[in-house]
Amino acid sequence: MLTIENLHAEVEDKGILKGIDLDVKAGEIHAIMGPNGSGKSTLSSVIAGNEGYEVTQGNILFRGEEINDMSPEERAHKGIFLSFQYPVEIPGVSVTNFIKTALNAQRKASGKEDMPAGEMLKKIREKSSMLSIDSKFLSRSLNQGFSGGEKKRNEIFQMAMMEPQLAILDETDSGLDIDALKIVADGVNALRTDENATIVITHYQRLLEYIVPDFVHVLYDGKIVKSGTKELAKELEAKGYDWIKQEVTD
Amino acid sequence: MAYTEEELKKELESKEYEYGFYTDIEADTFPIGLSEEIVRKISHKKQEPEWMTEWRLEAFRIWQQMKEPNWPNVSYEKPDYQAISYYSAPKKKDKYESLDEVDPELLETFNKLGISIDEQKKLAGVAVDIVMDSVSVATTFKDTLAEKGIIFCSISEAIKEHPELVRQYIGSVVPPKDNYFAALNSAVFSDGSFCYIPKGVQCPMELSTYFRINQAGTGQFERTLVIADESSYVSYLEGCTAPSRDENQLHAAVVELVAMDRAEIKYSTVQNWYPGDKNGKGGVFNFVTKRGLCHNHSKISWTQVETGSAVTWKYPSCILKGDHSIGEFYSIAVTNNYQQADTGTKMIHLGKNTRSTIISKGISAGKSQNSYRGLVQVNSRAKNARNFSQCDSLLMGNDCGAHTFPYIETQNNSAQIEHEATTSKIGEDQIFYCNQRGIDTEKAIALIVNGFSKEVLNKLPMEFAVEAQKLLEISLEGSVG
Repeated sequence: MLTIENLHAEVEDKGILKGIDLDVKAGEIHAIMGPNGSGKSTLSSVIAGNEGYEVTQGNILFRGEEINDMSPEERAHKGIFLSFQYPVEIPGVSVTNFIKTALNAQRKASGKEDMPAGEMLKKIREKSSMLSIDSKFLSRSLNQGFSGGEKKRNEIFQMAMMEPQLAILDETDSGLDIDALKIVADGVNALRTDENATIVITHYQRLLEYIVPDFVHVLYDGKIVKSGTKELAKELEAKGYDWIKQEVTD
Repeated sequence: MAYTEEELKKELESKEYEYGFYTDIEADTFPIGLSEEIVRKISHKKQEPEWMTEWRLEAFRIWQQMKEPNWPNVSYEKPDYQAISYYSAPKKKDKYESLDEVDPELLETFNKLGISIDEQKKLAGVAVDIVMDSVSVATTFKDTLAEKGIIFCSISEAIKEHPELVRQYIGSVVPPKDNYFAALNSAVFSDGSFCYIPKGVQCPMELSTYFRINQAGTGQFERTLVIADESSYVSYLEGCTAPSRDENQLHAAVVELVAMDRAEIKYSTVQNWYPGDKNGKGGVFNFVTKRGLCHNHSKISWTQVETGSAVTWKYPSCILKGDHSIGEFYSIAVTNNYQQADTGTKMIHLGKNTRSTIISKGISAGKSQNSYRGLVQVNSRAKNARNFSQCDSLLMGNDCGAHTFPYIETQNNSAQIEHEATTSKIGEDQIFYCNQRGIDTEKAIALIVNGFSKEVLNKLPMEFAVEAQKLLEISLEGSVG
C-alpha cells in the first residue's frame, strides 16, 4: 500500500530524514519507534504532504502511485489520514461541522454528492458511541479547550468517520491516561480490516500492548536502523534507546 | 496546491470584485456641484413641502460652516464636493404595481446579484423596498403591512403622505449639526426608507431594503427613519452591492431609529460596496451616521457585516435614554487589499439599569487597515449601567493592520464595564490540518473565518446569514484555479 524508497527530507536546509525505506501492505500495522529528534514526526508530516518539509531525494508511492508532488488534500482524498500529535484549534467551528466539511470534501473529490444529513447524523452517532464520545462534545469548537485525551479521541473519531486506507497515528498515546488509551486503542482495532493499514508512531512501548503491531521499526538520526516484530518493542523498552545508539555507533 | 503565507496573500490580492457591472438605465442626473439652488432643486424635484425645503437649507448652511473630520484612522483623498452630482433618478420613475412592470434590465441586474425579487418574495415573506440610485422602484407586501397599520415606504413618499410623523422625528436622533456628513446628508438626501410600527404591533415579516449605487459619479445620500411605537417589534434588513467604477463614490447615509417604551428594533446590514481594485484604486467612501434612541424598557440591536467600501467610517450607536433600555452591537468588518475601515459603536447610558453589549469581529487581509473604535459612556444618572465589550481581530498575512480604540467614560460608580480583546492570525498549521482532512485551502479559510465570525453571523436573520457567509467567502478567499 505504502512504499517509501530512499526518502530524504529537510526543513530549513537541515536534513532530517536521511534515506528511509519502508513497505507497508494492506492489513498490516507498523510501529515506528525512536528517541526524540530521530525524525518520527517529520516522516508522518512528509507522508501527509506538509510543504514545510522538502523532499530532496527518494520516492513515496501510495497504492503504486507516486505522491511526492501531490498536495496534502489530494493525498487525503486518496485515503491517507494523519492523526496529529498536536491537533490545532479552530474556534467557532464545531466538531460536527468540521467532520461534515471534511467528509463532503472527500466525497466531492471522488465525484460524489454531499452525504445526506440523515445519513451523516447516523454515521456520527455510530462512530462517536464507539469511542464513548458524548454528543455535547460534538457541538464544541474543534479542539478548543479540549483536554489532551479529548483531542486524541477526536482525532480517532475523525479517522473513524473518514475511513482511510492508511492511517498514521503520530504519538497518539502522549497525554493519555490508561482509560483513554484503551478507548483509543479499541477504536483503532475496531477500524482495522484486511483492506487498510496503520502506522503507529510512538516513543513508548505502552501503546503497542493495545495496538499490536506486525512490524516494529526503530528510527534513529533519520534512518531506520533496526526492524523486527513486536518483540523488538519490548526489547527496546527493557534496554532503552541507548542500546540502539550504541549499536549504530559501533 | 498546499498553502504558504505568500500564496495566501497572492490569492487574496487577486480576488476581483464579483459584482462589478453597470446597468444601462436611462437616468435623470443633475449637473455637478452643491449650492442652495441645488438643494432647492432637489426638494422641488421631490415635490416636498416648504418645511422640508427649509430644513434642508438650514442643514446646508450648517454644513458650510463645518470641516470634514480628520480623527478617524483612515487616509484618503478628500472628495471635491463641488464635483459631485447630488441627484440621479432612473427616468422611468413611476411606481410599479407588479414585477412585470419593472424594467427587465433592472431585474437582470438583480439577477446578477443573485437577489431576484421573485425569490425574495417567496423567501420567508420578505418585503423588499428596492432603492436603486435614490428612487424607490419596487415595493412589495405593502398591503399585508398596511392591514396591521405598518407604514413601510420611501422617505419621499412618507414626507408627502405622513408629514406629521416625519416632521416630528427626522433629525431627532441625528440632528443635522451632528457631524459633517450628517449635515451634508440632511441637505441633499435623495431617498431612503421610512418605517413606522404602531403601538403593540409585532411586524410579521422582516423588512428589507437593497441599496445600490448605479450612476457614475453620483453620490448616494440615503435617509432612513424607523419608528417603533410603544410595545412594538420590527426587524429591518439592509443590504448593499455596487458596481465597479473607477472614480471614488461618496456615500453618506443617515439612519435614525426610535424605539418607544418597551419597543424593540433589530437592524441588520450586509454591506458589499465596491472596495476598489487590488492597487487601492477606486471604491466607495462610506461615511455613515447610524443612531438609535431607546426609551424605557426598549431595545435596539445593530448587526452589521461590512465587507465592501474603500474607506468606511461608521459607528451605529445607541442612546440608552430610557430606564432599563438595552443596546446591542454585533459587527463583522472585513478589509482586504487597500481597504480601510474605522468602525465601531457608541453606547451612551443615560437611564438607570441600562445594559449594552458590543461584539466586534475584525478581519484584515492584504494591505488593509481595520480599526475598531468604540465609546461606552455612563452618565451620572445612569445607576447600575452595564456594558460588556468583546473585540476580536483576525489577521491574514503580514502587511495588514488591526487596531482597537476603546473609549470608556463613566460618571457613575455603580457602573460595571467589561472589555475583552483578542488578536489572532490564521496559521499555516490550521490550514495544513484542514488540508490533511481533504479540505482545500480556499474552503479552509472560509471555515476558519466563519468560525471566527459565528457569534455575529448567528444574530442575522436566516436568509441574510447565508448571504453574509457567501460575502465573507467572496471577500476573502480569492478565486482559486
